[in-house]
Amino acid sequence: MTLQIRIDNDQPSLALDLALPRGQITGLVGPSGSGKTSILRAIARLRVPRAGRIALGDDVWFDSARKICIPPRLRAIGYVPQEYGLFPHLTARRNIEAALTHLSPAMRGTRARELLARVKLVDHAERYPRTLSGGQRQRVALARALARDPEVVLLDEPFSALDRPSRRELYVELRRLHAETPMTILLVTHDLEEAAQLASFLILIEHGKVVQYGSTHTVLACPATPAAVRLLGISNQFSAAWDLTDPQALRWGPYRLTLAAPAAISSPCEWTVLPTNVLLRRPDRPWGPHLENPLPSTVQSVVALGELALVWVTPDGLPDEAIEIRLPLRVIHDYQLTAGARVTVCLRSRDILLLDSDAAIACAI
Amino acid sequence: MALSPLSKMDWQALRLSLLLGVVTLLLLLPFAVFIGRALAFMHGRRKPWLEGLIALPLVLPPTVFGYYLLRGFAGPVGRWYTALTGTTLAFSFAGLVIASFIVNIPFAVQPVQRAFEGISADIREAAQCCGLTAWQAFWRIELPLAWRGVISAAVLTFAHTLGEFGVVMMIGGNIPGSTKTISIAIYDEVQSFHTATAGVMALTLLGISLLSITLSYSVGERRGRR
Repeated sequence: MTLQIRIDNDQPSLALDLALPRGQITGLVGPSGSGKTSILRAIARLRVPRAGRIALGDDVWFDSARKICIPPRLRAIGYVPQEYGLFPHLTARRNIEAALTHLSPAMRGTRARELLARVKLVDHAERYPRTLSGGQRQRVALARALARDPEVVLLDEPFSALDRPSRRELYVELRRLHAETPMTILLVTHDLEEAAQLASFLILIEHGKVVQYGSTHTVLACPATPAAVRLLGISNQFSAAWDLTDPQALRWGPYRLTLAAPAAISSPCEWTVLPTNVLLRRPDRPWGPHLENPLPSTVQSVVALGELALVWVTPDGLPDEAIEIRLPLRVIHDYQLTAGARVTVCLRSRDILLLDSDAAIACAI
Repeated sequence: MALSPLSKMDWQALRLSLLLGVVTLLLLLPFAVFIGRALAFMHGRRKPWLEGLIALPLVLPPTVFGYYLLRGFAGPVGRWYTALTGTTLAFSFAGLVIASFIVNIPFAVQPVQRAFEGISADIREAAQCCGLTAWQAFWRIELPLAWRGVISAAVLTFAHTLGEFGVVMMIGGNIPGSTKTISIAIYDEVQSFHTATAGVMALTLLGISLLSITLSYSVGERRGRR
């Protein structure tokens, strides 16, 4: 069953209408204060929005128009809060049994041990939460969230308090658990990299509004709104003018940029290119006709970040613009790129992405 | 022949004090848990007013409190009680219980409130999402976590009831077997220059109070180590 979510709220401001893909992990990503935790809490009924409707298939959990608002315990959810919310006075096993009140007392122990085995903690069944590591506590919380065989699992920044090795280990665990039992999982995180690794679908959110929603690959490869570009951490956002003689071209300063397909002309014209999609040629290297939209440029700065290098270049005739390029560090050494070097930047037509401020959900699932 | 220290003890007054402490505790503790929990999870403008009202007996002089209570006993509630039982609330054990209940409200409510406030929102919300009803969440999760506060409330209430003097004097007077508690008996003995007798009773009160508080700390310590 698909979880349909429509929420209108004032404080915090939330306005969204979307459906979570069934049986998939969806990442809800946005900066702090964007309202992502509030959405999760509204789904769990830990917060009641001013208006809207939340329904799992035909099972309506919240409908402001019909004054329906069923309590959390009657919603088919499993919930892992940010600090896990383990009951400190109960052992790991009894924490899970606490969520098994729908079973007979005799059945609870067996089921709790099954769940602990699934998260590989059966040896820690009788330990109290404070004696467990962060990763182990997270596993217990996950096992407890799965105890009632929920249709939807809500994870609120579940990995934020963990160190990197524990986090990676738990990414694998979560994917494994999901492969065994394909539940609908909504993962709230501010870490785009984390969401990209775990989720098949992404919802980008800013100021309580969805700025882009789609498959992870589509959202990452095809940001469609200026807000999405910002949230993805892409600094390449430029304004251009339409070439009125050709709907398949833009005028950017002295350059004419060819697009992959004709565009519906509207103003203003905003475009982006992913830093990983910008091609770089040294001026002394041969220039082939297959290289599109050449921009003779000067390197402004080069910053090495681990195995990656960030290069900013300014096209000739556009002194106020800087295109960010991400390259493997070895390319910097091979090309001997330093500030002031002359290069030619190539923008493939298909990599020039037009942005539409009004497109809340530009990429269909 | 010298009398043993125990022979100086006013056993009737001690029994009455202990009975008053136990009855007050039995009546006040459920009330304190209910009110303390409600205040702990309450937000809004009403909260400081309610907290102020709860704390009022801490700052009100016992004589002022006793005066208003006596006026209250002479009102409709007192008349209803008299019609029902044939006795008055003033200068009776029942009147003492009511006075003791009200005077001890802050001693019982505040530790319970702090204990419930100490339960993180994550834990309470996790309990809701685990399928527990509000009642189940209270019994299985909240109360065990707030247990130290409840124990502290019980000990403070009991110890404070044993030592209460001003209000008891105002409401109950000094009727042996009915309203004469151990603290009134000590006062009487001191007034009569029977300092040795007063000393035995004071030492007994001190011992009981110390024992109660030590017991509460040791229970708290054991639970904290788990």
